[in-house]
This record gives sequence, structure tokens and C-alpha cells, in this order.
Amino acid sequence: MAEPKAPGSGHDKLMIGQSAASIYVAHAILILGLVIVAFPIYYTFVASTQTLQTILRPPLPLVPGGEFWNNYAEALFGGAGRLGGVGAGTLLLNTTVMALGIAVGKIMISILSAYAIVFFRFPFRMAIFWLIFITLMLPVEVRILPTYKVMVDLGLIDTYAGLIIPLIASATATLLFRQFFMTIPGELVEAARVDGAGPWRFFFDILLPLSRTNIAALFVILFIYGWTQYLWPLLVTNRNDMTTIVIALKKMVSFADADTQWHLVMVTAILAIVPPILVVVLMQRWFVRGLVDTEK
Amino acid sequence: MTPRVVFPNRVLPYLLVAPQLAITLVFFYWPAAQALYQSMLKEDPFGLKSKFVWFDNFKKVLADPNYLHSIKVTVVFSVATAAVAMIAALLLAVMAEKVVRSKGLYRTLLIWPYAVAPAIAGMLFLFLFNPSIGSLAILLRKMGIAWDPVLNGTDAMILLVAAASWKQISYNFLFFVAGLQAIPKTLIEAAAIDGAKEVKRFWTIVFPLLAPTTFFLLVINTTYAFFDTFGIVHAVTGGGPGKATETLVYKVYNDGFVNLILGSSAAQSVILMIIVIALTAIQFRYVERKVHYG
Repeated sequence: MAEPKAPGSGHDKLMIGQSAASIYVAHAILILGLVIVAFPIYYTFVASTQTLQTILRPPLPLVPGGEFWNNYAEALFGGAGRLGGVGAGTLLLNTTVMALGIAVGKIMISILSAYAIVFFRFPFRMAIFWLIFITLMLPVEVRILPTYKVMVDLGLIDTYAGLIIPLIASATATLLFRQFFMTIPGELVEAARVDGAGPWRFFFDILLPLSRTNIAALFVILFIYGWTQYLWPLLVTNRNDMTTIVIALKKMVSFADADTQWHLVMVTAILAIVPPILVVVLMQRWFVRGLVDTEK
Repeated sequence: MTPRVVFPNRVLPYLLVAPQLAITLVFFYWPAAQALYQSMLKEDPFGLKSKFVWFDNFKKVLADPNYLHSIKVTVVFSVATAAVAMIAALLLAVMAEKVVRSKGLYRTLLIWPYAVAPAIAGMLFLFLFNPSIGSLAILLRKMGIAWDPVLNGTDAMILLVAAASWKQISYNFLFFVAGLQAIPKTLIEAAAIDGAKEVKRFWTIVFPLLAPTTFFLLVINTTYAFFDTFGIVHAVTGGGPGKATETLVYKVYNDGFVNLILGSSAAQSVILMIIVIALTAIQFRYVERKVHYG
């Protein structure tokens, strides 16, 4: 058996019963896994830097081509007519507004209702809690048509409000905040009240700062949730300039159509993928915690 | 639970829950009630009159061979997706637990697909594997494999499962890693000292202790495959070729929104609702043992 090395030396430390060979196998399997996971994204990036002609004559090279600036500039600024007259910039803006709106909106209304349920006693408290809880069992998919009708009646088709508001009710976020609030000792509330702090003062000066990590964790998960929505924007947007980048991408792709501008499709795909990946990677610490905490 | 110290306000708590409650009632309960009501109505072909027919729509839906076929498609798709995504993630998580070097790097790269929308995951795979310009499709053909997801139903299903499980590996990986880290190292070392080899240690100690995580992920992955993969089906195959990849959720959308068969679509919605309720109930029975919602 190999000599176990000191921890922190940057090398793999062997546990009792582990052989050096098995560590190499582990690295090999992980690298293979990485290749499978990363390849579709990497290859899409490669395709986004090629000319249309290169893409139409597969197999594609494995390294990026020289059309990066041309393709990205055309998709972002010059691509009129390619996405039904809408540039990728507008689509990115719509998607960002939707994702931010959903993340911030959900956190706000969930933290308020959890606050009410944990720190106040009032008639129908538990009934309201259950009403919120049961929404877990009513995803959009099971009430497509009637929800669409509500949207039409309220004039919310093709609006940001329509993209955001119906999705911000959240049982998961409310449950998470409720669970966290219940771990806050009663003495803290008592002390605040003795010092003359009202419910708002307590909320802003004590509860909100204590919830910072939970809010950050939830933000990452909800941002991704908002960004990756599909059925909802498909239902409530008809105009190309109000839709999200995911839906626009689907509209651009046609394998039967010889006119599909593949190089621009690939750029749009990369633009649709990179922002949420950045959020997940840069906020990884909160994201991983939040995921395991909310089990969502 | 000890009695909580609370604020004595009477009106404020209602104001605090008002936004959440308003959205819930308008966009969740009202439409869900409508779906229930419509599922028992029969409309004439012109949509002018409707008649209350109790459970006729359900009887018709459940006797419809297309619907039964769609159930079968959904089950095959869900089982395959959950199996592939979970086995791959478990393998990677076990390997990641063994190594120290580059552990952070592996994790950072393995969580990327979580951020990719299911529909886009589907389109990336379609780009790689479509018969006309897909680079990997050409590779498959050169290897002598007849591959055509556009015309062959089985190939289309394989493509959907590949895309759907690719997207889900990140999630499962993170949960398996968390589950593995919760297993006391001393237990595994004790078995090693007793002479149990690595494979044996995995099956007799690690895997049984991971059972709660595995079961939890099984429920989550099933729910994911049932509902969140609508985008993949819609963007990649549109339920085709034929009806080879028409899942239940896709069929509800297609019958109600595209073909405008309202009664049947509403009845299908209600059946889906029952499935979600069952899945959520199972999930919370399990979660309750770990976390206290009391």
C-alpha cells in the first residue's frame, strides 16, 4: 500500500483499505463523466464560432473557428429578421427580467407570509398555511387551459407581469423560511419587544439580517427556476419581442428547414446557457447549501 | 414545540399573507377548480352548449388507446431517465468522495447542466444527434448503427432520455455527495480493517446507508421526468414520430391547447393532479422523518 501523505499537501490521501490504483480509476471515471457532461455545451460553443457552411458539412471540428466576433455581433446587434425581427439582446433582457422578477418576488411574498405564520397568532392561521402548502400539488401542467383563460381575462398575455406574477406563489420558499424562523429563540423576540421594537422593526433589524444566507441560497435556485421556464412563457407570450430566449431558440430551430441560420442558433444557445451557469458557479457555496436545504 | 413568543397585532398578519394568498387563489385554486368542473362537462362541437356528464370524460379518456399508450410512454421515459441519471450520478459521487485532488474542480464542472433549461438540453442533444447535420449521428452511422431519431420512435425515445438524464445528473450528484458525506468514515474504516474489499464495502455499508437519499431522489426524479421535461419533448420531438414520445403532460397540452378537446384535456389534467398529489404525499412522508415542519 502506498504511504499516506499528509493532508493538505495537495495530493490524494489514501484511506485505510484504499489502493493508489483505485484513486487513478476514480480520476479516470470522473474525467470521463466531465467529458460527457461538458461536451454538449463545449461543442455548441465550437459551433457558435463557425460559419454556416462549416456547420452544414459535419462532422464539425473539435476546436473553435474564427467567426466568434462576426457571429456574436450579428446575433446581438445585427440579426434583424433572424429571430422574427428580434435581436438576442431583447430576448436576454426579457429572460433576465422574468428570472429576477420571479426570484425577488417569490422571496418577498414567501418571507412575509412565513413571518406572519410563525410570529403572529390569528384566526385561520393554519388554514392559510395549508392553502399555501397544497399549491405544491398544483403545478401549471395540471391546470394549463383554465390558467390561460385567467391570463386572457386579466389582460396579462404578452406582459412582464403575466410572465412573473402567477409564478411567484411558492410553497417551497414559504416552508423553508417557516422552518428557519422556528429555530429563532423566543427570547430574541421578547428582548426586542422589551426594548420597544414593533413587528416591522423586528423584521427589518433582526429577522432579515439573520435570513441573509437563506435568501442568497434561495435566490440562486429561484433565478435558475425562472430562467429555465418553458411551458409558462410558451403559453402567455405570442409576440416575439416579449418572449424568453429559451422559447425563441425553439422557434428558430427547424431541422427540416434549409434556411435555419445554424451559426446564429448556436450563438443564441450559448447566450441562453451562460448567464445561469455563471450564477450557479459564482454563487456555488449558497447554491449547494440551498439545494440540499430546500430539497427542491 | 414550546409556545412561541408572538406579536399581538390583529390586522397586520392578514396583510402579510395577503399577497401570497391572493396569487394562490387567483392563479392556483380558481383554475384548478375550473379544471375539475370542466372535466365533468361535455361541450357540443361548436362550443355553444355544455352538459354536465359526471365521469363520462374520465371513462372515455381511460378507455382511449392513445391515452393508454401515452401512459406507457411516460412510464418508460420516467423509469429510464431516473435510472440513468441516478446510476451515473451515484457512480460519479462515489468517485468524487474518494479523491482529494481537484475535488472542487470536478464539482464545479459537474453542476453546469443544472443551470441549462431542459428544452435547451434537448436542443443541444438534437444538434449533436440529428441525422442531417449531427456530428455524433454521423459517428454512429460510421460505426454501422442505423440511427434516426426523426423517423424511428425508439431512437427518439433514447435521445429524449439521454437529454433528460444529462440535465438531471448535477442535481443527483450533489445529493449523493451530501448523503455520502453523512456516512461516518469510522464505519468504513472498521470494515476495511476487517478485510472487506472496496466493492463489498460499498454494497454492504455505503449503499444501505444511502437508502434515504436514494429513495428521496427516486421520487424527485420521477416528478421531474413526469412534469419538468415537457420542454424537452416539445422542443425535440413534438411527441413524434407518430406518437412514440407523447408523454402525459405533452398530451394534455396538445389535446387542450392545440386540438381544443376541452373535456378530455380537463379530465387528463385531473388525472395528472392525482398523480402529483400521490408523489407529493410520498415525498413528504419521507421528508417528515428528517425535517420537522411541526
